[in-house]
Formats: sequence, C-alpha cells, structure tokens
Amino acid sequence: MAQLFTFPRSLKSNLFHYCPGCHHSIIHRILCEVIDELGIRERTVGIASIGCACFLYFYIDVDIVEAPHGRSCSTATGIKRARPDLVVFTYQGDGDFSAIGLGDSLHSASRGEKITAIMINNTVYGMTGGQVSPTTLLNQKTTTTPEGRRPDRDGYPLKVAEILAGFEGVAFCARTAVNTPKRVLESKRILRRAFEVQLEERGFSYVEFLSACPVNWKMDPIKANWHVNTLTEVFPLGILKG
Amino acid sequence: MSGQRVLVKGVEAIALGALEGGCECYFGYPITPQNEIPEIMSVELPKRGGVFLQAESETSAINMVLGASAVGARVMTSSSSPGISLMSEGFSYLIALELPCVIVNVMRGGPGLGGIEVSQGDYFQAVKAPGHGDGKFLVFAPYSCEEAYELTAKAFELADLYRNPVLILSDAILGQMKEPLTLEPLNIRKIPKDDWALTGAKGRPSRVIKSLFLDSAELAERNLRLKRKYQEMEREIRFEWIGEGSERVIAVAFGSMARITKEAVLWLRKMGYDVGFFRPITLFPFPKRVLREIAEKGNPKVFLVFELNLGQMIEDVVISLSGLGKAISIPYPPSVLPFPEDIEKEILKWLNFSPFQGA
Repeated sequence: MAQLFTFPRSLKSNLFHYCPGCHHSIIHRILCEVIDELGIRERTVGIASIGCACFLYFYIDVDIVEAPHGRSCSTATGIKRARPDLVVFTYQGDGDFSAIGLGDSLHSASRGEKITAIMINNTVYGMTGGQVSPTTLLNQKTTTTPEGRRPDRDGYPLKVAEILAGFEGVAFCARTAVNTPKRVLESKRILRRAFEVQLEERGFSYVEFLSACPVNWKMDPIKANWHVNTLTEVFPLGILKG
Repeated sequence: MSGQRVLVKGVEAIALGALEGGCECYFGYPITPQNEIPEIMSVELPKRGGVFLQAESETSAINMVLGASAVGARVMTSSSSPGISLMSEGFSYLIALELPCVIVNVMRGGPGLGGIEVSQGDYFQAVKAPGHGDGKFLVFAPYSCEEAYELTAKAFELADLYRNPVLILSDAILGQMKEPLTLEPLNIRKIPKDDWALTGAKGRPSRVIKSLFLDSAELAERNLRLKRKYQEMEREIRFEWIGEGSERVIAVAFGSMARITKEAVLWLRKMGYDVGFFRPITLFPFPKRVLREIAEKGNPKVFLVFELNLGQMIEDVVISLSGLGKAISIPYPPSVLPFPEDIEKEILKWLNFSPFQGA
C-alpha cells in the first residue's frame, strides 16, 4: 500500500513557537519534505538568521549555524566555498535578506554562489514588533509608519525577486505563497527545483515566500491568510528565472 | 620553501606564516597597508587546493570566515583599522560561537579614516573589546618579520585548540618593512574538529552552532565558561625581558615601538645605565604576573610605557603593577615616529630623576 502521508524525517517534533496563522510552520514543513525527498539531510547545513525564524534549529533536523543579522548569504558562501560537497541553504526574513543584508544577498547572488536562499516576505519586522521593512506595501500601517507607508518619506516596496532575476549568477528565482493548498503544493515543487539547481551546481537559487503575519498586520489568521492575495498584486507570484 | 632564506615584508611574512600554519581559506577586502596578504593568498591558496575569495566588504568577509570555520576549515582574514571596526560584530559572534579563525590587523592611524602611516591605536579594541559583549581574542603582537611568520602559523593551532579567534596585531611599519626570514618548518599541530564541526548530520544527531541563549542561567554559565577559557589561555603568555630586576627604569613597549625602544635600551645598557626592557608578545592575556614580579625585585622602579597611540597599554601596566613602582605613559600620536635617541632622552630623564627619592 502506498504511504500517502508521513511526518518528515527532517522535521523535529518540537511545538512551533510561531503565532497562530503565521506561515513559517508550513514553509518549514515543505522545506523538510524537500530535503527528505532529495535525500540530502545528512549533507545539508542550514543558516538560521535573525528574525522570527532564528529558532530554525528547534524544528529542522539538519546541522545549523546561526549568522549575524543580514549576513546569512555570506556565511553560506564561506561554508559552500570551504566544503563544496555540502548542500547549503539560508532561511531569512525580508528585513534580514533585503534590508540589513541586501549587500550580502546581492553579491552572493551575483557571484553565482551555489547556495539556496529562502526569503520569507511578510512585509514587516515580525520579531521586533511590526516595524516598516523594505517590502512594506504603500499605505501599509506599521509601528514606525503609523499613518501608513508614504513613498515621499519611506520609499517604495523593494521587489527583490525582480532584481535577482536580472543577475547572471542567479540560476533560479521564484516567488511563491502558501495561503492555499494548491499554492503549498506548487511552493514545494518550486523549492525542490531550487535545491536541484544547487545540486546541479548551476548557480544561486532563490525562493521568496509571501507569508502572513496576522499579529503585526493586526488581522485574525483567516483574514491575514487571504490578505496575502493583496501582496501578490505588488509581488506577483511565479518563476522569474530558471 | 622549507629552510629557504627570503627577504620579505612583514605582511608577506604573515601570509607565509598562514600557509605554514595550514590556512585553507582566506576571505578579505582590500585596505592599505595590508594588500599584499590577500594578493599572496590569491595566488598561493588555490595552488594548495584552498579557497581565496575577495568579499564585497569587511562585514561580508568576516561572515564568510564564520561559515568556513563552522564547517571545520582553517580560515583567516586580514585588514587594517577601519576594516577591523567593520568586522567587530562578526568578531563577537565568532567568539560566542567558539569558532576558531585567525585575524590580522595591520594597524594604521585613526580615528576615522586617519592615515596609512603607523599607529598602535587599536590596542584597546584588540585586547579589551573586539566586539560587543565581554568576548576576548588571544592577541599576539609580533615585532619582527620572523616573529610575524612564527606567530601567524602558531595562531592557527591555538585558534583550533581554544576554539577562539586569534588576532595578530601588527602595524604599518612592521607590515611594510623588509627583513630576512628563514622559512623553517614549524610543526603546527592539527587539532581534530570531529566533535563540533558542521559536516552534515550523518551517523550522528544534528548539530547547532548558536549564540542565542534566552535562558538567563544558560547565558551566564556560558559566559563563565568562556572566562575559564580565557584564563586557560594564560598558558600561551609570551614576553621578552632584558634585565636583572635591579634596574630603576624599565622601558615597556610592543610591536614596532618595541623595536625602537629595544635599540635605545640596549645602547644605554652598553653605556652602563641602569635600565631594563619589557616587551609583551601576548597582549591578551597580558603578562601581568611577570611584570608584577619584576616590579617586586630590587629598587622601586619607574616603568616607561612607550606607545604609538595616546596611551593605552599603560592601563594594563598600571593594573599589573597594582601600586608597586610608578608607570609613566610616553605616547606618540599616529605618524609621529620617535628615533631611538628620543627614547634614550626620555629614559635618561627618568634615570636622573627618581620619584622615589625621600620616600
């Protein structure tokens, strides 16, 4: 009889600390499923970044090192260059990847580092209480843009995937979401493709997840889940490269 | 190259020492006056199957070091004062994560962009607080090309042994002056890393290298454990001492300044003057006990602390003496380089005037 459902080997059985309605736990699970299906758990090293997912090592059962805020792609570079046989991924928020760490992220991508970078874009600084981030939508209220993000003062939403897709060193670039079952399945296929690109040594692979942050969006989990559709108007889903 | 006699700059001696020490990876960003180090490593490391990568900034470079160290590679970076400041967050993480690496600071004048001439202005940064939060480096201050070669090689072994970054604190003079050097094999030991390095969770539970401890008791215990490690590092204390202990004036200096000071002291001693010379080679841990023992011997002493900064090591000398004798700071700001004759004058002044007379 075919087994249709099982607990991923790479997922630890710890209870998630994430807020109700947060998408981190779904993304953790599909990440673990991909690692299992590719059979790479025993040669994978993950980078835990600063943000809500800094406790990545509570949930993902692979070797993990913590990087300073924004530096995950540089840390991943050091690992991959020193030990090319390892499979290396980063797991970062939009603040980590696209604000404080944008330089590290872009240069690692431009060098075509054979790593997989995952950015969870929820348009706010989640862990510090919901401040404005580079990806915050126009007019979106945050604790540091209480009247909404104004372009004349706060600039425009940064479209990271669109930037990376133009880089020669980037072999795979996609934006996805997990707010419907169909999108969860599609996200898993995309994430698997990103790791395959790394295994094929083709260059930098990047997957951006639009993710709900009900607490900082001040919405209930269901409303926040559907609000992700509003994000897709500014951050369209799809495979941009690869 | 072994046993070969070469004429090299200090920075070249550092690069050769790193290769002798088994350096596998170099990550760095250009800055004067240390660019020969990355240039040499970019040629030599790939020949040996190693990794050279020029990063887009010092902040990236130090975090590449962090990654390579976490997976067990012998790794280094080098920079000069402003670049070292940029790396300081990474330094704190490396210390907290107990990741070995070798860092070279070829000091230049500061603060700010300062200049590219000699300075020892980063003493405090090196020995007191390389980054935020109570962490320490093991710090070596070579004063010759030969010492730069030996200490850099040894630094790789000691970094692995203590699982802690080791800093080579050099400066623009030592970095850029040429001296003959014999490339002796130094028998640098390999320290196994099987019990902690991230190699993939094969046949063992997965590992985590982290510095976040929200449990306050756990964080306190961890800091106390790091403190015990710093105390263990006292085994590595090195110094140079010229004197019998009866001297009334002791000149204290490190690095390039020690070269100039030593010449002055040796001349004065030859002339029959009552002066000694003390040179810390490890700046952290500082050779406090030895200095105190010297102070305890014979006559009450004046310790003249010559530095190419506004007076930093003087504080460690004062702490070491803990009230014995008298410590006087003789500071020289960046780019102002005294001649041995200037040092002689200072020493003679204090030989002729005893602050202890009538005491």
